[in-house]
Amino acid sequence: MQDAPGAIVAFEHVTKRYGGPDTPPAVDDLSLTIPAGEICVLVGPSGCGKTTSMKMVNRLIEPTSGRITIGGEDVMSLPPVELRRRIGYVIQQVGLFPHLTIGDNVAVVPRLLRWKAPAIRDRTDELLDLVGLEPAAYRSRYPNELSGGERQRVGVARALAADPPVMLMDEPFGAVDPIRRDRLQNEFLRLQEKVRKTIIFVTHDVDEAIKMGDRIAILQRGGILAQYDTPAAVLANPASEFVERFVGADRGLKRLSLARVRDLDLIEAVPVRAGEERADVRRRLDRVEELDYALLVDAEDRPIGWIDQADLTGGGPIDAEAATPGAPTVEPETTLRDALSALLGSSVQLGVVVDDRGRAIGLVSVDAIGERLRAPVRSADGTLHAVGDPVEAAL
Amino acid sequence: MSEGEPFIRFDWIVDNLDEIAQRLGEHVLMVVASVAVGFVISFGLAIVARRYPRTHGTILAVTGTIYAIPSLALFVLLIPLTGLTVATGIVALVLYTLLILFRNIVTALEGVPPDVIEAANGMGYGAAQRFWRVELPIALPIVVAGLRIATVTTIGLVTVTTFIGLGGLGYLIINSGTRRFFPTSIYVGVLLCVVLAVLADLALLWIQRRLTPWARARQA
Repeated sequence: MQDAPGAIVAFEHVTKRYGGPDTPPAVDDLSLTIPAGEICVLVGPSGCGKTTSMKMVNRLIEPTSGRITIGGEDVMSLPPVELRRRIGYVIQQVGLFPHLTIGDNVAVVPRLLRWKAPAIRDRTDELLDLVGLEPAAYRSRYPNELSGGERQRVGVARALAADPPVMLMDEPFGAVDPIRRDRLQNEFLRLQEKVRKTIIFVTHDVDEAIKMGDRIAILQRGGILAQYDTPAAVLANPASEFVERFVGADRGLKRLSLARVRDLDLIEAVPVRAGEERADVRRRLDRVEELDYALLVDAEDRPIGWIDQADLTGGGPIDAEAATPGAPTVEPETTLRDALSALLGSSVQLGVVVDDRGRAIGLVSVDAIGERLRAPVRSADGTLHAVGDPVEAAL
Repeated sequence: MSEGEPFIRFDWIVDNLDEIAQRLGEHVLMVVASVAVGFVISFGLAIVARRYPRTHGTILAVTGTIYAIPSLALFVLLIPLTGLTVATGIVALVLYTLLILFRNIVTALEGVPPDVIEAANGMGYGAAQRFWRVELPIALPIVVAGLRIATVTTIGLVTVTTFIGLGGLGYLIINSGTRRFFPTSIYVGVLLCVVLAVLADLALLWIQRRLTPWARARQA
């Protein structure tokens, strides 16, 4: 089955009040557009209206005023029950039906849509496979025989069953422990690479928002949209004091977790092998201004340690014993946050970037990482902003 | 015990097998009819109580009060309405099942986890579909537990209807047993009552297990 791509979801001046016109709104004049195939994370403290906003998309909650469209079509144009069958829905407690097998749980929406039995069976197996659960082993089991993480995967498979263009996820990984949560998040991001749904993801955890979101919408109490932008832009240029406080004082470090070593211009290392002439190495090292260390490598170019410029006086061959051991190695996929952490723990504060066979391909320095933090950041609308510039000031 | 009367007279049992079978049949019929009617009414009341939560307390109070009326007094109250007919017996027995069944059905439906309901709503179940395909199946074990209690209770209560000329096995225990003190008849009646109660209970348990295989599946 060819999965349908996501559809654009747009909120247009959506307001929700639970009481009369004099009551404070739960969601206040919310307008935002989520591009097709992207993950938009609604994040904010409790009472900010994030869940209310999400539930208005499938009309579990009806807006007081304003309009929500999916692929240009007003959600009010369909009966709620039909609308909901076209929108995937994943909740924190998963809500699997205990009386149905895993296969039947996944088949719930296709059955409601009266698909033919063979099509349902094929689709169920395909989805279990997609979320990494062997269909033959899981199909006939009941939810209470599964672990929390497995149940969450079934929940995602169930939401994807009828191939909806849009998925709503309400703190989907909130009930699992941090280690499993991290794994489920990574799995889900890989899955999204394949299915490319438009996803509205609710969380109160700003780290999860930064990790999962193509864009994040930060809401504040009273359902006011404080900022809507890419995670990098929100972290680099919080639109208000509220956003700044909400993303945390460590937002610089958080930005580092968004970039990877491969995004940096690597410094070329000066590799040396044991036995080379000191004078030679000294000459080569002198040519590289920002580098005070040569990198001692083995016969396969794998890093062993650093040779300090100060130890290169005189002549004779390089002695492997003279090297400062323990050059931290990072991979191109390592986040800058993890790279920085590795570098700060070592005496030389340089990291060796290695390829998948462990061969040195370049160096990364604490300075280069710091420079990256100071570089201008592109907003979702394409404009470049210097870091720290409030967005308003740049407009 | 009268002089010379043996503890149990097997010859009497053999001679009266027809009568014993007939009383047993009556007994079973009254139990099945009462519990079935009681279940239908309780189920309806439970749906009303869920739909209109304010009625819950009232229904509970009324069924509870009925439950507290001694059975003989209830017959006396009913005789002007239905006379000395089988209807009086069934109506009384039905009334006694209401409290047990209603309370169990409501508790069972309330026990359906809220996240399951939310998931059902979010996936596009209509209210009726959700009730029949999700809530009721999940509530089933507790509903059947209520049926088991009601059935066993009713099997005991049927004997009391002897006093209005019915009674099933109660006829053997009370009428022929007390008219001229005759223990064999009492033993047969009591024994069959107990066996019937145990068998009914096991049968319902078996049905429940068949209908809810998921309830036994445990954490791997």
